[in-house]
Amino acid sequence: MSALRRFLRNGTAVIGLLAFLAILAFALLAPVIYPGNPLAIAGAPLRPPGSPNLIAGSDMLGRNVAAGLAYGARVSLVIGLLSALLAIVIGAVLGAVAGYFGRWVDDAIMRFTEFFQIIPSFILLMVLIALMRPSVTATICGIALISWPQVARIVRAEFLVLRRAEFVEAARVQGFTTTHIITREIAPNALSPVIVIGSILVANAILTESALSFLGLGDPNLISWGYMIAASRSAMRLAWWTTVMPGLCIALTVLALNLVGDGLNDAFNRRLGEGGRA
Amino acid sequence: MSTRATFLARRVVQAAMVVVGVVFLSFFLVRLAPGDAAMAIAGETGYSDPQYVADLRREFGLDKPVLTQFGIYLSKVAVGDLGFSYQKRQPVYDLIMERLPATLLLAGVVIVVSLIIGIFVGAVSAKYAGRFVDGVLRIFLMAFYAMPSYWLGLVLVLMFSVHLGWLPAFGIETMGGDPAPMARALDIGRHLVLPALTLGLFFAAIYARLTRAAMLEVVNLDFVRTARAKGISETRLFIRHVLRNALIPVVTYAGLQTSALVGGTVLVETVFSWPGIGRLAYDALIARDNNLLIGIFIFTSVLVVIFNLVTDLLYVVLDPRMELGK
Repeated sequence: MSALRRFLRNGTAVIGLLAFLAILAFALLAPVIYPGNPLAIAGAPLRPPGSPNLIAGSDMLGRNVAAGLAYGARVSLVIGLLSALLAIVIGAVLGAVAGYFGRWVDDAIMRFTEFFQIIPSFILLMVLIALMRPSVTATICGIALISWPQVARIVRAEFLVLRRAEFVEAARVQGFTTTHIITREIAPNALSPVIVIGSILVANAILTESALSFLGLGDPNLISWGYMIAASRSAMRLAWWTTVMPGLCIALTVLALNLVGDGLNDAFNRRLGEGGRA
Repeated sequence: MSTRATFLARRVVQAAMVVVGVVFLSFFLVRLAPGDAAMAIAGETGYSDPQYVADLRREFGLDKPVLTQFGIYLSKVAVGDLGFSYQKRQPVYDLIMERLPATLLLAGVVIVVSLIIGIFVGAVSAKYAGRFVDGVLRIFLMAFYAMPSYWLGLVLVLMFSVHLGWLPAFGIETMGGDPAPMARALDIGRHLVLPALTLGLFFAAIYARLTRAAMLEVVNLDFVRTARAKGISETRLFIRHVLRNALIPVVTYAGLQTSALVGGTVLVETVFSWPGIGRLAYDALIARDNNLLIGIFIFTSVLVVIFNLVTDLLYVVLDPRMELGK
C-alpha cells in the first residue's frame, strides 16, 4: 500500500481528508445536536451569530442557521456521493465496453460521450429536473447523467492499453469469458484513476446540487445549503450570516474534496485533466 | 481531397450531428412532462372539452406518428422556429435574440478577464514555484475554484455595493441614466465589473493552475536550455519561450469551456439580474415556461457547437502542425 503511505505523507491532502471527515460527522450527528425539524422556528428572527443557543444566528423567519447547516450537509453529501457513484457506474460500464471492444463500438460510444460533453449540461439539467419535478432522486439521476462522460473517457483510455497487456492475453488463452476478463482482470487495474476522479465528481456534484437548489430546483421538503442561500437573499443586507455561512460550508466541503483528489492523484502518480463543471 | 479538407468536412458533419442529437433529445424531453401541449393550452384557457383538445392535437400534428412529428419539429428548428412562449406571448426565438447581446457581452468579457488574470497569476506562481508567493497564490486559486459562483457574486455585492457603495449590485445600466454614448458605455462597464469578476475568477483559477503546471513542464525542455545557453536574458526567456509554449494547452482548454460558461451565466445573471439568456432561463424556470426553457437549451447548444467549430477551424489555419485525423 505505498500509494496510501504517499497520500498520508501529503500534508494538504490529510488536512483535506480531516476536514471532509469533520463535515461528515457534522452531517451524521445533525439529529443528535439539533433534534427537531430544521425548518421550524427556533427563536427570534435575524439574531446574529453567537446569540444564546444560536451559534450561527437565526434567519429572517427565526430558524436556527446552524441546524440548517447540519441538515443541509446531509442533503449535500448524500446527493454528492450517490450521484458520483451512479456516474462512475454508468461511465465505467460504457468506458470499459468502448475500450475493450474498440472499433465501431468504441466509435459509437465515444461520439455519444462527446455529445454529452459538448452540450451545455447545466441547462440540460435544469430542463430535466423542471420537467421531472424536483426531488432527491431526480437530482441524483440528473447530476449523474451529466457527469459520467469524464469517467467513461478515463476508463476507456485504461482499457485501451490494458486489453493488450500480457496478463489479459494469458487470461484469454486460458479460455476465460469476456465478462470475467473485463471485470476480474482489467477492471481492478483500472481502478486508481477512477478513485481520483471520484472525489472530484463528489465535489462537482455538491456544487451542482447547491446551484440547483439556489435556482429553486431542490427537493422542496428538505433544507439544503443552496436553498438557504437563495432564501436569505432578501435579508442579505440585514443579516449577512444567513447568506455567508451556507456558502462557506459549500466552499469548505468542495475544497476538502479537491485537496483529497489532488492528494490521491499525486499518490497514484497519475496525470489527469481538470474536471469541468457548470 | 487534402487531409485538412477531410478534417474540416468531418468536423462539420460531427457538429451537425450534435445539433440533430440536441433537437432529438429536446423532442423527447418535451414528451417527458405529464400531458402534452394540447392539454396544457386547454388547461390554461380553462376549456377542457375533449373535442377542443382533439382539435388542438390535430392542429399541432400531435395525432401523427412520432417519427413524422420529429421530422416536423426538426424542420421547424432548422429555420429558427423554436416554438411559442405562452407565458410571454412571444416567439421563443425572438425572446432569445433580444437577450443575446447582453450574454455575449458578459461572456466575452469573462473569457478575456479570466484568461488575463489566470495566465498572469499562473506565470507569477510558476516563476516563484515553491516559494511563499506561490503558496499564497495557490491557496487563493483553490479557494476560488471551490466557491459556488452565485454565492461569490452575493458576497461581492455585500462588500462592494452594500458596504462600500462603489459598484451597482444589479442590472446592465442605470434606469434613466445619461443617454450620451460615452456615459452610457461607462455606466454599462460599471455594471459589468461584479458579474464579470464573479464568473471570471472561477475560470481564472482553472487557467492559472493550468498555466503554472504547463510552464513548470516547459522549463525543463531542451529548447529552453538551448535558449539559455545562447545567453538571452531570463525575463525574455521566461516570456518569449516558456510562457508562449505553455499557453497552447491553456488556450486549448479555454476553448472547451463554453458549455461550462453557459451554465455559469445562468447563475450569475440570476444573481445580478443581468438581462441575458441565463436570466431568461431562470425566468422560464420560475414561470414553468417549458417551451422557452427547451428553446434556450437548443439555442445555447447550437451556439456552443458553432463556437467549437470556429475554434477548430482557427487551429487548422493558425497551427500547421496540428494533428489531423483524430
